Amino acid sequence: MATVTVTPQRGILRRPMATTGWWSWFTTVDHKKIGIMYGISSFLFFVLGGVEALLIRSQLAKPSNTLLNADQYNQIFTMHGLTMIFLFVMPMSAAFFNYLIPLMIGARDVAFPRLNALSFWVFLLGALFLNSSWFLGGAPDGGWFGYAPLSTTDPGNGMTFYALGLIITGVASTVGAINLAITVINMRAPGMSLFRMPPFVWMGLVVQFLLAFSLPIITVALFELLFDRRWDTAFFDPTRGGEPLLWQHMFWLFGHPEVYILILPAFGIFSEILPVFAKKPLFGYQFVVFSGIAIGFIGFGVWVHHMFAAGLGPVANTAFGISTAIIAVPTGVKIFNWMGTLYGGDLHLDPPMLFAIGGIAMFVVGGLSGVTHSIVPSDYQQTDTYYIVAHFHYVLFGGAIFAFFAAFYYWWPKVFGRMLPQRWGKVQFWILLIGFNLTFAPMHILGLGGMIRREYTYPASLGLTIWNQMASVGAFTIALSVLLFIILVIRTQLKPAGLENDDPWDARTVEWMTASPPPPYNFEEIPTVHSLDEFWHRKYAEDETGRLVRVPAGASGEEHPSAGGHSIHLPSPSFWPIVVSLGFPILGYGVLYSWWLVAAGAVVIVVGLTGWALEPSVAD
Amino acid sequence: MAADVHSEIEYTSTGLRSTKLAMWLFLASECLLFGGLITAYVLYRGQSTSGPYPQDVFDIGYTSVSSFVLLASSLTMVLSHNAALARDYARMRLWLLATAMLGLCFVGGQVFEFTSFFREGLTIHTNLFGSTFFLLTGFHGVHVTVGILMLLMLVAFSFRGSLSDEPAFPVEMVGLYWHFVDIVWIVIFTVVYLIPAPAPHGAV
Amino acid sequence: MSSTEHRTEPDTAAPPRDTPSQHVAYHPSAREYIRVGLLLVALTSIEVMLSYSSLTGVKLIASLFLCTIIKFVLVVGYFMHLKFDNGRFSRVFALGAIGAFTLYAVVLLMFGVWRTS
Repeated sequence: MATVTVTPQRGILRRPMATTGWWSWFTTVDHKKIGIMYGISSFLFFVLGGVEALLIRSQLAKPSNTLLNADQYNQIFTMHGLTMIFLFVMPMSAAFFNYLIPLMIGARDVAFPRLNALSFWVFLLGALFLNSSWFLGGAPDGGWFGYAPLSTTDPGNGMTFYALGLIITGVASTVGAINLAITVINMRAPGMSLFRMPPFVWMGLVVQFLLAFSLPIITVALFELLFDRRWDTAFFDPTRGGEPLLWQHMFWLFGHPEVYILILPAFGIFSEILPVFAKKPLFGYQFVVFSGIAIGFIGFGVWVHHMFAAGLGPVANTAFGISTAIIAVPTGVKIFNWMGTLYGGDLHLDPPMLFAIGGIAMFVVGGLSGVTHSIVPSDYQQTDTYYIVAHFHYVLFGGAIFAFFAAFYYWWPKVFGRMLPQRWGKVQFWILLIGFNLTFAPMHILGLGGMIRREYTYPASLGLTIWNQMASVGAFTIALSVLLFIILVIRTQLKPAGLENDDPWDARTVEWMTASPPPPYNFEEIPTVHSLDEFWHRKYAEDETGRLVRVPAGASGEEHPSAGGHSIHLPSPSFWPIVVSLGFPILGYGVLYSWWLVAAGAVVIVVGLTGWALEPSVAD
Repeated sequence: MAADVHSEIEYTSTGLRSTKLAMWLFLASECLLFGGLITAYVLYRGQSTSGPYPQDVFDIGYTSVSSFVLLASSLTMVLSHNAALARDYARMRLWLLATAMLGLCFVGGQVFEFTSFFREGLTIHTNLFGSTFFLLTGFHGVHVTVGILMLLMLVAFSFRGSLSDEPAFPVEMVGLYWHFVDIVWIVIFTVVYLIPAPAPHGAV
Repeated sequence: MSSTEHRTEPDTAAPPRDTPSQHVAYHPSAREYIRVGLLLVALTSIEVMLSYSSLTGVKLIASLFLCTIIKFVLVVGYFMHLKFDNGRFSRVFALGAIGAFTLYAVVLLMFGVWRTS
């Protein structure tokens, strides 16, 4: 058994040493703990965003309803979008990347563990900062896309919270992106070349580059918005020569890569789960990888398709209509590869597989409506209607959220050493599938029937009431499914941990080679990797007829823990990340209320970073 | 800033140091940040609906001195790194301090320039020129200031003896950041100051 | 000023597991760095002179940008050491720098920026 040393360091204050106990979570730099914290926080925000959705659907269940007034409705739908995108899907992806990537590449942690902790705390504090707006004069109400000049002139502090909140969470994501990118590039186990990496890791790598290059663009736009609101600058003020269109370009230059940031992790999850539950390797692994890279690149070349109705003219619209049609191709390649994986496979329809297949199917529906948007004259009809709402919920909810559920059921034993209930998991899946389609399928009809987005009510004379009612019933059905999931989680976690088998799914990849849950140091010995699907090939060989034969334990060349073990140095816990992260909301409140707070926030950050710099990253 | 020299994470898949890769990725992302700010400036050139305008306030001679100062600071920065590589830490600290001093001169020069603009009626909210100019140069100035702080920290840590077992490395990393800030200025100087502004909006 | 000349093998592919990642690239001497510095000073002087000259329009902008680009490349190549370092660093930086230039050029194009200057 290897011995782990975590020794105290010189530094200004005594370094925290505990790796267990609830206080240790505040100072942890362990990617697994950080991943779990990302997961729990983002799930709570999922529920919050879901409540906001239920309020929307309750208001729209009847024509001319008075449950919410226009002002309240604007805040609710804005925060629903912001919460789901920035406080749920992105950090939930971060949860999975953080937990799984080091394990999948055979590493002990990420490249910069304290920076990892910083990303999490800055995210959490930024999310709380944004939501504090509810209690401080009203939440942002200009839509998640914050179009100027509404966003610049909107009275109250809501849109200022928007700008500041997104700047803060943007810092968290940028730092995390650099960390994870370098981890993938530089921390792989011996023998794990780039093309022996699991597809989930590849998608992760592409996502980090998308984040690193798109976030600075929106950061500039958000600062310009902030300055227009707070200090009367002219960036988007048409009366002084400013161009509201500039906001749209800057926002969507970020916003389009953002949607690929939201969906590529899901593509990675599907690519991991399908082979395990079809007992077949991923069909066309290299195509899956290259199409992911292609989506990343082309994703920077389509942003104007969000602006077809903005009056840019036929040349711009045509060029971007074409590029948008083109980006459907690499995505289609993936769909066909997934189908190829399933074809002829020995399919096991456990909950992970149900959610994965369901998710792919729902994503395809959304992808098809997306292709219709790329035809510019068609988009003139669809834009700003519920048809668009249908599209992005099919790809985002159908794609990303179904993928997350698949991932929960699949990796729960790895993370927590317990299995979620399988029979009830299938029930939860069907309720979700039915509820989801009941909610969003009618929106295609609503959109083409003329119902406009972002309006707090609609008249009965529109003749679309029945479809609205269906959607509202569907929304509560989704809520039922999520509630069921929460109950299943609570019941599972209340039972003691203890799996009969560390590899309950008979999986293929390196993270399953270690205990479930893994020890703090991940692997007794870092494995040497010889192929893609390394774990599978250690378990199975093929006989003369091509059939799989189980390799006897010990003969596979698996590394065994060395008797007595050499000591493993793990990065030590630290409180500097959380200290530094506190500076950010203080800065934010300072911009809103007082220059003294700005100074205080800056001091906290500088002092925190200095203390951090004085502290050696790894125990001697 | 202690380099992870003793950790088991010493081995890397590329044979390159993680911190250095991270720094370059960070600088690549900063290109998009400054690119956005410069784009706003270029887009809005000549679009201000009222003055003061660039030709009213700019003093190219004065600003070019600032440019020389910042360029010189990049030179002193590489000399400091050279000294660190040669394990001449006294000389390293000297050149680091020189770099920080030159950086302070630059920032001081900016502050003086800005206050003279304020007196001439140009603030960040006066017009588009003020907004784009001050946001761009302000962001750059903050970056320079952060750089100066890091340089001074390097010197302080070096005196304290806590600048890692291999001081040349953190010096190199801060150096990369510093040179980047310099090349951003190289672009700003040309785009903002040297390329002549069009005639004011509405003028012949 | 001491002239410290380091000549060692350039970066190779990933070293064997046991060796710590070493910085084994060629380092310019102090003299070379100073030469680059003087070149930068000269180029900046040319830029300033150009701005005071009678050149206008496209000719002025093109010559100014030429000087700027050369200065940029000199600092990135020599001071930031990319000329002597592993190609991966250059590729990562180029992705950002060229990507930024391209994206923003397209945005400016859509605003017809070149019509006004």
